[in-house]
Amino acid sequence: MLTKRIIPCLDVRDGNVVKGIKFKNHRIIGDPINLAKNYSDQNADELVFYDIGASTKSNTVKSQWVLEISKKIDIPFCVAGGIKTIKDAENILSQGADKISINTPALENPNLINEFAKRFGSQCVVVGIDSLFDHDIYTVYAKTGSEKSIYATKLNTIDWIKEVQDRGAGEIVLNCMNEDGVKNGYDLEQLALALEACHVPLIASGGAGQMSHFKDVFDVGVDGALAASVFHDNKILINDLKKYLSNKKIQVRI
Amino acid sequence: MIGIIDCGGANLQSIKSSLDSLNTDSLTSNDWSILQDCNGYIIPGVGAAKNVMDTLHIKSLVKRIKTINKPVLGICIGMQILYDYSEEDDQKCLSIIKGKVKKFNDSSLAVPQMGWNKVNFNKDHNFLDGYYYFANSYYADPSEYTLGESNYGVQISSFIKKDNYYGVQFHPEKSSKQGKKFLKFFLDQV
Repeated sequence: MLTKRIIPCLDVRDGNVVKGIKFKNHRIIGDPINLAKNYSDQNADELVFYDIGASTKSNTVKSQWVLEISKKIDIPFCVAGGIKTIKDAENILSQGADKISINTPALENPNLINEFAKRFGSQCVVVGIDSLFDHDIYTVYAKTGSEKSIYATKLNTIDWIKEVQDRGAGEIVLNCMNEDGVKNGYDLEQLALALEACHVPLIASGGAGQMSHFKDVFDVGVDGALAASVFHDNKILINDLKKYLSNKKIQVRI
Repeated sequence: MIGIIDCGGANLQSIKSSLDSLNTDSLTSNDWSILQDCNGYIIPGVGAAKNVMDTLHIKSLVKRIKTINKPVLGICIGMQILYDYSEEDDQKCLSIIKGKVKKFNDSSLAVPQMGWNKVNFNKDHNFLDGYYYFANSYYADPSEYTLGESNYGVQISSFIKKDNYYGVQFHPEKSSKQGKKFLKFFLDQV
């Protein structure tokens, strides 16, 4: 059976890896290619590379990037950022990305999910969902890369999770915005709710602060856990994390 | 020289990068006049069955692939099209290996299978045992051609071989050191 995946996430803006708190006040962490190589060497199971500036600036992520990363690492990686057409996706995949992740473009044109799945197969198509708990409901947010562009959609998160799967999404990354960057642990309640609606792999995002948070989220049943700052700051080393999880009887690739 | 057969939309770059890191020359093309002198071939693995087969038909590669007498490695969808038929897109495939490719239908498991799974090889190949990266919604049952298996609710063919045709359901080019070990094994057959 599959091992649980540990997935460092590289949020990139203007060529630098950055990290914000609750999607704001981004600070520069380092160079994406070196960080990617470093994580690959540390036994990360996969990488996600989000160009968080791209959607808000209506740019496609630059494929040069993707090519450089794919030359340096030999684990799967997913690219997100303003991918809006078959041609954009084809370009990214042909440069070495394994999956493309769409977020705001899927909200603006849900049919894009169907088109991508038909053209590349569902296993290539990830939908990222930014979800905020507010006034007792989970709501999907769009254009979360910048304070100026972010807005709440009319979509309920669980409904959107169901719809993207019906349209052919092969994986869902659920970014729980209330927990993002605050290191108090993943949003277990929301993730458990999402899992009930999910028949594709679900990746948890937002809230990792210590090793026990990973155990907690895998106990809920997600397939992978995504984190950024705990890895970027070397607060948790991936090899140590995997040893810890293995001792806690969670199956990981060591 | 390894010929990477361009089936359209496939992840060609990762294969090339992996071969580069193993100091193996490769070229990527869908034109047989360019591919014909290679010593071995890889059919890479991203795409849907219909799309890949359509490309092979348009580029007149179907007959060529079926009559190659040098080692051929199909990866993921590249392995699946070696069979007679795939449930994906209700697609007739190359019929190099007997059998059909089916969709996972265990509702308690996430589909696609996405992530690292253990592959157990037969005793002649068990030096290759380890975790490999998978990303697939379709699979083939183990058969007389299966030399490596994994479990995802059911037993699946992870490594198949018939004559000079090799197929893997996993992605060796994405499976870190373990994947390199497998690719090196294939290159040793070339």
